[in-house]
Amino acid sequence: MDHHGFALLQSVFVVLAAPLLMGWVNQCRAWLQNRAAPSIRLPYYTLAKLFHKDAVIARDASPLFRATPYILFGCMWLAGGIIPVLATDLPFAPAADVIALVGVFALARVFAALAAMDIGTSFGGLGARREMLIGFLAEPAMLMTMFTAAFISGSTQLTTIVETLAHREFAIHPSLAFAGLAFLMVLLAENARIPIDNPTTHLELTMIHEATILEYSARHLALLEWATAIKLFAYMTIGFALFVPWGIAEAGDWAALPLAFVALAFKLAVGGAGLALLETLLAKVRLLMAPEFLSAAFLLAVLGMLIHFLVRG
Amino acid sequence: MSLASQLVNLLAALLLLIAFAMLSQRRILTLIHLLAWQGAALSASTFVVAYSTGQGHLYYSAVLTVVLKVVLIPWVLHRLIDNLNVRWDVETLINIPTTMLIGIGLAIFAFALATPISQMASTLTRSTLGIALASVLLAFLMMIVRRKAVPQVIGFLAMENGLFFAATSATYGMPLVVELGVALDVLVGTFIFGIFFFHIREQFDSLDIQHMEKLKDR
Repeated sequence: MDHHGFALLQSVFVVLAAPLLMGWVNQCRAWLQNRAAPSIRLPYYTLAKLFHKDAVIARDASPLFRATPYILFGCMWLAGGIIPVLATDLPFAPAADVIALVGVFALARVFAALAAMDIGTSFGGLGARREMLIGFLAEPAMLMTMFTAAFISGSTQLTTIVETLAHREFAIHPSLAFAGLAFLMVLLAENARIPIDNPTTHLELTMIHEATILEYSARHLALLEWATAIKLFAYMTIGFALFVPWGIAEAGDWAALPLAFVALAFKLAVGGAGLALLETLLAKVRLLMAPEFLSAAFLLAVLGMLIHFLVRG
Repeated sequence: MSLASQLVNLLAALLLLIAFAMLSQRRILTLIHLLAWQGAALSASTFVVAYSTGQGHLYYSAVLTVVLKVVLIPWVLHRLIDNLNVRWDVETLINIPTTMLIGIGLAIFAFALATPISQMASTLTRSTLGIALASVLLAFLMMIVRRKAVPQVIGFLAMENGLFFAATSATYGMPLVVELGVALDVLVGTFIFGIFFFHIREQFDSLDIQHMEKLKDR
């Protein structure tokens, strides 16, 4: 198997596995809330149902509105090819480091906001503004988190970071602990999870992410939901790559792939259950508190970096 | 790096995190819990230093810290806020994100100040001097931005924690006599502050110390 083939295979795997993670998180959350849990395959059924429907598009919609679902889906697919999910042997990786990865997510966000404002409904514009507010506060925190890991490993390449961190002798890194906490907060905010946004809300006034996709239907909505699932998967795998990199397959080591697969499945199962637990324990904060939440994330990330310089660890 | 050194660094980072958490906290009750946790982190780090350097007197000061800062003072403060019936409201002069940004600035300043000193030192705890200095400055900041008397006193106690940590990290702690004296002072100080609170409230019907600016000789 050559390298390009593998990278393509990995990104296809990410795209196909992402709804499963979503289903697992929903299932865990239902269990924790004493509800009858939906099937873990429910996201796939939803996607299939949406792909079979006829799309309804507003009369005033511009081509941008139609193109956005494909752009978003493409961005997330690209992210799936950059992040070392199963192995560090990725040919795209030299072209895109962590800064470019944050840029890919930012591109997706810009298009989502533009499309939300395109139709001109009030909820769309409201959602777009809120989404950009969250994004503009979360992005620096995300970058600072990445930089902390980059300083420890001496490179902004995700593959190099993973290889360095997975190979170091076991040591307690207070800086990584701070960065990990900051990353968790950014993950919750960026993926519209509970302290910031409620992914299952039907109340338009409190919506952030959902309000930007209110006008979409059928295959467009399916692509957007799928992109959301891939984004969650991508963020979780970035978190694993930075903070628990053990078990990932090294470059050229094909025999380690099955083990890497098992390790990833285990990490995702634990991570998804943890996310569901967090969402059950926490309550959604008011929108005006979101800047405070994200400035705390930024603070933690900066502290992590400072402590790295102070104690060299 | 040895394991003890790593542990001390981790606990120091925890101490700094708690200092920032106090700065961002709106509830007095949580502030007291955080103060107790800070004391616990402090005594744990003192214990690690004592164990790894064989300094016998540090064991005593670790035990003293647990008794005083994890049990006794938080208990006194709990009693105090119960009697004063102030559990929730903490008003700040500057909004919390701005305070946090100022706090980051202070932390950078403290780290920059401590780096040349710690490079000359050879103690196990040399890299934590900056963190100790930052906790002291953050506690100062907390005393400045809080309007009510109880959070200011908690800020004062947090500053004492920071100073104690600075002493441990710079010179493996002060002589036991000095430490005993400081501990007694802090305890007595807390009681006196408690009495002050009641007097302030009796006089002004509020714990807002801005009213004290109106005090004049007649």
